[in-house]
Amino acid sequence: MSAEAVPETTTASQFWSGARVGLPVVVASAPFAFLFGIIAVDNGFSVAEATLMSAAVFGGASQMVGLELFGHHIAPWLVVMSIFAVNFRHVLYSAALGRRISHWPALQQALGFFFLTDPQYAEAERKGEAGQRVGFAWYMGMALAIYVPWVIESGLGAFFGNLIPDPHSIGLDFLLPIYFLGLVMSFRKRANWLPVVAISAVASIIAINTVGSPWHVTIGAAAGVAFAAIFPPRGRVEIEP
Amino acid sequence: MSTTLWIILWSAVLTYLTRVGGHLVLSRFLTVHPRVEAGLDAVPAAVLTTLVAPAAMTAGPLEWVALAVAALMSLRFGMLPLFLVAGGVLIVGRQVLG
Repeated sequence: MSAEAVPETTTASQFWSGARVGLPVVVASAPFAFLFGIIAVDNGFSVAEATLMSAAVFGGASQMVGLELFGHHIAPWLVVMSIFAVNFRHVLYSAALGRRISHWPALQQALGFFFLTDPQYAEAERKGEAGQRVGFAWYMGMALAIYVPWVIESGLGAFFGNLIPDPHSIGLDFLLPIYFLGLVMSFRKRANWLPVVAISAVASIIAINTVGSPWHVTIGAAAGVAFAAIFPPRGRVEIEP
Repeated sequence: MSTTLWIILWSAVLTYLTRVGGHLVLSRFLTVHPRVEAGLDAVPAAVLTTLVAPAAMTAGPLEWVALAVAALMSLRFGMLPLFLVAGGVLIVGRQVLG
């Protein structure tokens, strides 16, 4: 054994330790990857398109939002903007992660940010806060452990979704609202959650009955966000440069 | 190129910008204004609510039961059990009620 073999072993072991951290996420996200594929083909995506979307966007909730709106034949740019809005939270993760990975080469950073999902952020932040170095190998171990199954399962879901004869009988038209409600509830610890949700709900219902779809998304969301900005909770969040 | 492909590619580009943009832009500021922070914090719940509320309004009793089950489940369980149970209620209900 030469001395040069040591860093390689370390890199590999860091990669696999990252992959282990990603494993629970793989288990938890698998049903949603399959569901995404099934609903995608039900809404007119091809198997290749569904797989490509999972590979290129890699953001479960936003992909589901995209499908929901696409299925209602909403203007393409509005579908894209809604996906953008749902993913906008990454801006805050990105600012926080940036200072933990500033020792990486620029290309590694550029690659790393592509895989910045909610659990990826949470685990990197936890590791950084514990005083440990957030290394590229560890980070990519976790990222790829989540990414590769996500893409494959989406494709499989789409493939088998083609075989479902009666989507209505398995509730396919209403599984997304249930999924979205679960996500809404998961944010309930946030400041002003209840008024934001109540205002967005009322505004979106009024908007869909007056202005019409798809503007209920924009108007409803804007109403809730405006309330949160006008009545911010006390205390400010600082982001270190 | 098809419309679907355009949607996918633009979504991918904008999503990547959110993932890299915070580091490139936001981290240059020492502090984020609390109103901006509070507004950003509210975005996901606000957007997602607009996809639930109108759908719930036009749905039937079975869908309402499934949503209620989901809301109750969320108080104690994570996304996966919530989705499996509430989705299960919907699917079984559809099979039974036709």
